[in-house]
Amino acid sequence: MGWMAWTLPTAIFFAVIGALLLIMSVLAIRYPETPRMGILRMETTRGDRLFITLLGSAFICLAWLGLVGENLWWALGICFVYALAVFRWV
Amino acid sequence: MSISTAPRRPWINPKALVMIAYIVFLLLPIYWLINMSLKTNEEIISVFTIWPRHLTFANYKTILTDPAWYMGYVNSMIYVVQNVVISLAVALPAAYAFSRYRFMGDKHLFFWLLSNRMAPPAVFALPFFQLYSSIGLFDTHIAVALAHTLFNVPLAVWILEGFMRGVPKEIDETAYIDGYAFPRFFVRIFMPLIASGIGVAAFFCFMFSWVELLLSRTLTSIDAKPITAVMTRTVSASGMDWGVLAAAGVLTIVPGALVIYFVRNYIAKGFALGRV
Amino acid sequence: MEKTLNQKAWFLVLPVFLLVAFSAVIPLMTVVNYSLQDTFGNNKFFWAGLEWYTELLHSERLWSAFGRQIIFSAIILAIEVPLGVFVALNMPKKGVWASLSLVLMALPLLIPWNVVGTIWQIFGRVDIGLLGHTLAALGIDYNYTRDPLAAWVTIITMDVWHWTSLVALLSYAGLQSIPEAYYQAAKIDQASRWSVFWFIELPKMQGVLMIAILIRFMDSFMIYTEPFVVTGGGPGNATTFLSIDLVKMALGQFDLGPAAAFSLMYFLVVMLVSWVFYTVMTNLDKKAGY
Repeated sequence: MGWMAWTLPTAIFFAVIGALLLIMSVLAIRYPETPRMGILRMETTRGDRLFITLLGSAFICLAWLGLVGENLWWALGICFVYALAVFRWV
Repeated sequence: MSISTAPRRPWINPKALVMIAYIVFLLLPIYWLINMSLKTNEEIISVFTIWPRHLTFANYKTILTDPAWYMGYVNSMIYVVQNVVISLAVALPAAYAFSRYRFMGDKHLFFWLLSNRMAPPAVFALPFFQLYSSIGLFDTHIAVALAHTLFNVPLAVWILEGFMRGVPKEIDETAYIDGYAFPRFFVRIFMPLIASGIGVAAFFCFMFSWVELLLSRTLTSIDAKPITAVMTRTVSASGMDWGVLAAAGVLTIVPGALVIYFVRNYIAKGFALGRV
Repeated sequence: MEKTLNQKAWFLVLPVFLLVAFSAVIPLMTVVNYSLQDTFGNNKFFWAGLEWYTELLHSERLWSAFGRQIIFSAIILAIEVPLGVFVALNMPKKGVWASLSLVLMALPLLIPWNVVGTIWQIFGRVDIGLLGHTLAALGIDYNYTRDPLAAWVTIITMDVWHWTSLVALLSYAGLQSIPEAYYQAAKIDQASRWSVFWFIELPKMQGVLMIAILIRFMDSFMIYTEPFVVTGGGPGNATTFLSIDLVKMALGQFDLGPAAAFSLMYFLVVMLVSWVFYTVMTNLDKKAGY
């Protein structure tokens, strides 16, 4: 595993993603996903919304790095707001 | 309004003219490659001839007798066949599941497969190099075969799913009622029904593995070096041996050209991931 | 077809899941790890934080490669899609000629990509290539190894040669699904050739054209082998597209950190675009009632 060059922050990052997927799976078993129509005029399920959140957050963080600077905690805050918006309206 | 009379037929069909122009455009560069492969290097460099003045098969002879060249074809064949076998073996049951059942996460899984077909090989070249070096598979055929499953497994799943959707579900149900267990039903009854689909999927896995250069070049050095890599490396080493290079190129087109007739009606389906 | 709910179907998908996880997830995790570190070889890594991302996001090199890539993809789509549709409209509908043109048109699609490069490298040379020699004989100054414009023209012509048939074959498949009755009705209404195309043929091709554009966009966005063989990314950096630049960085200079950060951003853009296309595609399918 040495060649993969694991570090604590990346391990935590992937653990969080893995945990999110696990939670979504458990939720999907308990409460089956029902698609709904959102403001994007398309049907989305919970899983779709998680995907839109994660992909969008990646771009938000990149934009923050490119336009503003190093301190990513603020970008994470924006991502959180974005996530809430996606889960509420999309 | 006057009654329209049928327009006089022009003596040559404009549609045919368009097709002829387009096909000439496609074939001209290929013709030029074949033309060069049949010339001597002296003729290529010294005079400009539309067809070979001194027809020679020496370039082909060089390739078919020099192990440095023909082993390239053998290596390519080996990993391509391994790749086809692996891809089909895992894709067949998965495509059946996608075509017949709903299950948790099926849509996401389907999209995830597609995203791998769309991912640039350049992104994977470096980590694949590290991965296969670390598990001791660098410069083996199986490493290239496994690397190519990245885009061929999704392709095979999508194509096979398209064919399987066309098989009525009643067939499965009758077989289960008749007491067939799933594996026996799948091999004995279902696979013969989609035989043409399996053939098409195999052809496209073969093709995409055969035409790929970047990953196969990155993952090999000597023992499993594919013909595509042999071609790019020998260009500079042998001081532009144009005739041999052209002959090697012609020989790589042959496998595709041989079987293309049999899959002619499925070409669109294969390239469109089974969605036509 | 109505599908039944069956969670056991997961067992059938498991082999694919494991194999693709091995070939896609492990490499991507590695890329994420590398992108935050620096190395001087020997598998010794040092934490570099977000340095590579910041550096790349402000680097002229990355943005100009990205710009060239977008321009390239836009140009080849603007040529190949209309040309492909036009060719499809002129293809024979059935019989020997239909089979023959299918086979001949598919030929470029099946040629190994580096051989496609070799073919055009030879074809365009002024000394030994038919195209280059003819152009020179006509008095046109054309040299794709020295002149950036000539290099671009060569690579775009090559891509049009290589892939237009794909668009044509897909559109042809769409056209084949139009019942003959539609054309007869149009004839009775004395519809013009243009309105037949606009109201009958184009709507029927919508679905396949969507796929064709998706595939052509993605494949042109990750093009590597063909321009690499013809121009090697030159003259200068004139034809250095994203994949060529990335491979230079990753395998040429073995800059693991920057190359990994580059890879991730490249991958994210690809994910975004293929997701948008996929969503539009599945929504079209739903409308068509599959």
